[in-house]
Amino acid sequence: MSDVLPRWMTAIVLPILNLLSALLVAGLVIYLLGESPTESLGILINSAVLQSEGLGYTLFYASTFIFTGLSVAIAMQAGLFNIGSEGQMYIGGLGLTWMVLAFDSSLPGWLVIVLAIIAAMTFGAAWAFIPAYLQAKRGSHIVVTTIMFNFIAASLMNYIIVAFLIPQGQQNTASRLFAESAWLPKLTSYFPVLGNSPLNISFILAIIALVIYGLTLHRTAWGFQLRAAGLNKHAAHFAGVSISKTIIIAMLISGALAGVASVNTILGSTHYLNLNFPAGAGFIGIAIALMGRQHPVGILLSSLLFGALIQGGLDLSMEKSNIPPETFIFIQGLIILFCGAMENLYAPALLKLYQSFGKKG
Amino acid sequence: MFDDIQFSSMLVSTIRNAPVLIFAAMAGLFAERSGVVDLALEGKILASAFVSAAVAFTTQNPWLGIAAGAGISAVIALLQGFVSITQKGNQLVCGIAVNIALSGLTFVLAQYFFQQGGRTPDLGQARLFDITLPGAQMVADVPFLGWFYTKLIGGHSALVYLAFALIPIVHWIIFHSSFGLRLRAVGDNPHAADAAGVHVERTRFIALLICGVLCSFSGAYLSIVQSGFFLRDMSAGNGFLALTALVFGNWRPLHTAMGCLMFGFFAALQIQIEGVVFPGIGKIPGSLIQMIPYVVTVIVLAGFMAKSVAPKSIGMPFVKSR
Repeated sequence: MSDVLPRWMTAIVLPILNLLSALLVAGLVIYLLGESPTESLGILINSAVLQSEGLGYTLFYASTFIFTGLSVAIAMQAGLFNIGSEGQMYIGGLGLTWMVLAFDSSLPGWLVIVLAIIAAMTFGAAWAFIPAYLQAKRGSHIVVTTIMFNFIAASLMNYIIVAFLIPQGQQNTASRLFAESAWLPKLTSYFPVLGNSPLNISFILAIIALVIYGLTLHRTAWGFQLRAAGLNKHAAHFAGVSISKTIIIAMLISGALAGVASVNTILGSTHYLNLNFPAGAGFIGIAIALMGRQHPVGILLSSLLFGALIQGGLDLSMEKSNIPPETFIFIQGLIILFCGAMENLYAPALLKLYQSFGKKG
Repeated sequence: MFDDIQFSSMLVSTIRNAPVLIFAAMAGLFAERSGVVDLALEGKILASAFVSAAVAFTTQNPWLGIAAGAGISAVIALLQGFVSITQKGNQLVCGIAVNIALSGLTFVLAQYFFQQGGRTPDLGQARLFDITLPGAQMVADVPFLGWFYTKLIGGHSALVYLAFALIPIVHWIIFHSSFGLRLRAVGDNPHAADAAGVHVERTRFIALLICGVLCSFSGAYLSIVQSGFFLRDMSAGNGFLALTALVFGNWRPLHTAMGCLMFGFFAALQIQIEGVVFPGIGKIPGSLIQMIPYVVTVIVLAGFMAKSVAPKSIGMPFVKSR
């Protein structure tokens, strides 16, 4: 009888138990706020999954979260806790917007879109570079520097939008609307059943990114080096892996992925840059990376779950005034706590259960 | 341009800004010296700011508010202890989780109880009063001395004096008491401490409990002294600035307090240069001025981290060797 849990248990049963615990606590709080948890759950599922337009929105939000989830996950695989995806996504959106504003009247639409995506990745990566460099060369703690860079990004974007991007005579803190040629094609024009949701081809890009992530990490020598550096940097160093180079490259990719997350929101839905458009998607990425255990399938499922929570939660908040959308920030924190920090809460009990079954069998 | 910048009022606001950071930094000092990274200072500040303001408003008594804030912050610290000491979970992840959860929960609760868009009503009379030092009336008109006695060292609330009194007390506890010796031993080499008969996990729990209580004063100061109400996400990164002050101060109380004063000074500078016309530059926009403390933090971390030495076992759960 082995005294470790089989892999399917640590990979599937434990995360589900942790997730259920987080939702149980959330349900308790909703009950204390004077609302019915079961009725709320019903509204949530109905509006996020059962209604086809709601499902479209769920997939739309999930496309953003897959990118931010991947952004946090690849850094985590290299042993880095990147809290800065939020700011990197924000700055990525700036790069994207500048590219579109400069060329949307002169170049063909598809070219503008490609250039915009490249600009989003470049800006996101550049914003991640400074904390990465400081961690690799100066030993500054990446958690604190990336948090500071979120604050700096928020102030900087506030300044740039107000000073440069608001069209003359407008009050709204947003750039001008992009030319229609530079809008991302909607998936709903191919699947009319999804109704009027903003679901667009970013979802397909997100799935492609998941596949590339999985293959690179687990099927290439470089991915192996990255994971080795994350698991034990001293051992990796002795095996000839340059730790500071790995840190910087992992963070550049992480920042680029966070930057691309802005494509779905801006190019696919709003078609302009507005103040605070990431709206916490970068922080949701932390929950997704932890809940999905940085595995591509896990990230996909967690992103879908969070997409549903956000979409259902918005509808829920309109019906139940005591459950504002901020409730889901709380739930997000609970999920990070249970799936990330207390991931082994049930491991001892589960092991006992597993062993007792093994003896009988 | 320099006519617009008043140095004396900047000094006074430095004194008034620093307590938020001093309380949080001293709180973090206990946790981190014992070997537990506390990224959740931010969340504890926010939670205690909300609970302090809510209780102070409901009971119209600021002291009850402060006590309630200390209670809730201590509970959160014990939860952190359960996760990072008992469960041996990842302390960084735990801290971030607590921050995010409380950022949402404080808004939800404030909205539920007060229905004012996630803030509490103005505290009015339930704000903590400023103390007028004895004899302030007599010296008020004397040049310099009047300003020094009534504005700089006098005329603050009790929490300001508590914050500054705390610095030497924490210094004494950490470096000259037997508890401080055990605390540092547990943070630097828990196995050696364990072999010498120190209860590692209990010591860390006590450290976290002290951390929780001290951190709550920071939140109470924000809501019932400085602003007079609770506002969504009002901690605004102060918990992380306090952590940076710890790094800057090499986890030593006196040096850390210097770091807090430095950040307090930059916050005062930020208010002073808002609206000032600089020759050749013009007015600096407020949104850029807001960046100052965060940029300073990054510069401090980049410049001083290499020299500063963290407690050796920081962030590592203690697993008793057999």
